[in-house]
Amino acid sequence: MKFGILVSYVRFEEKKIFEALQARNIKFDKIYDNEIILDYQRDNTSYDLILDRSISHTRSLQCLKIFNDWGIKTVNNWKVANICGDKSLTTSVLVSKGIPMPHTMIAYSPESALKAIEEMDYPVVLKPAIGSWGRLISKVNDREAAEGLVEHKKTLGTYHHSSFYIQKYIDKPGRDIRVLVIGDKIATAIYRKSSHWLTNASRGATAEAFTVTSEIEELSLKAAEAVGGGILAVDILEDKDKYLVIEINYTPEFKLLHETTGVDIAGMMVDYAMEVAKK
Amino acid sequence: MAACIVCEGNIDIPEDTEEGEIIECPECGIELEVVSIDPIELAPAPKEEEDWGE
Ligand SMILES: Nc1ncnc2c1ncn2[C@@H]1O[C@H](COP(=O)(O)OP(=O)(O)O)[C@@H](O)[C@H]1O
Ligand SMILES: [Mg+2]
Ligand SMILES: [Zn+2]
Repeated sequence: MKFGILVSYVRFEEKKIFEALQARNIKFDKIYDNEIILDYQRDNTSYDLILDRSISHTRSLQCLKIFNDWGIKTVNNWKVANICGDKSLTTSVLVSKGIPMPHTMIAYSPESALKAIEEMDYPVVLKPAIGSWGRLISKVNDREAAEGLVEHKKTLGTYHHSSFYIQKYIDKPGRDIRVLVIGDKIATAIYRKSSHWLTNASRGATAEAFTVTSEIEELSLKAAEAVGGGILAVDILEDKDKYLVIEINYTPEFKLLHETTGVDIAGMMVDYAMEVAKK
Repeated sequence: MAACIVCEGNIDIPEDTEEGEIIECPECGIELEVVSIDPIELAPAPKEEEDWGE
């Protein structure tokens, strides 16, 4: 068994994964995406499985596609990375599979974006289709703010900020739910709480253990399966008595989950990757 | 032990430190990347890119 881990940096999560591999006596290579050179014409690796922990969506997606085309199994596979790394693709897939999401639209010019925002009615949330950690996400409360924002995005943003991903703001109860799915099981889940409307861990949200109900279990597993399955963190908002999925992360950080619940997430990830390798 | 590349303060590098780890200088607070282990080499931590995330 030859196991590789694609990494950008070694964070808490990667250290835990290394420890879990060592504890199981599994030999592995650390593949740094900064150092890797992939020759398309020559499969110069001989891995049974590569676990992707790269921090960069571009690098993850390109490397996973090459590995998969070489016949190397990866967790997650490139199709899952492709869908989950882009909120527009994720939304299209989830909605088509009947997963409840907030009302969401996409438009490609400032004028059509404003029209879409007015039609949806305020407040709305604008998100970059590719992005994470709550970065560059804006809540827009009125037309004046919307006009300024779309103009700024168009003028100052890189080209992908001219895809205006527009979502109805959900007046959630000061928290969201993060569910970690590994294969066909729920590994663990937490509430992420914040006085700010963005409840990302990287924004300083605090966590509280969440007891998974059958409704959340069913929704999370169905959402994970819809995007192709694997190791996936499903972000869910509470909208009064309904649950709405907002996104699915395919290389989830799990420090907060680990510290809050004590669950051996790294161990579960490694065991799952081994299962995939043996399939 | 290594010297901070910004303030020259002493940074303790634990035995189990890995290449690619981001550490913080206890004296000036700057974040540094451990780019090599043997010998220890530190570089300024990378700037966040737009497509980074979890
Ligand atoms: N439609 C929404 N209504 C209310 N809050 C939202 C909405 N969408 C996102 N949020 C908040 O913003 C955070 C980040 O949004 P998310 O879509 O998960 O993007 P990211 O990839 O940056 O984490 C969520 O955890 C949630 O707290
Ligand atoms: Mg999120
Ligand atoms: Zn220093």
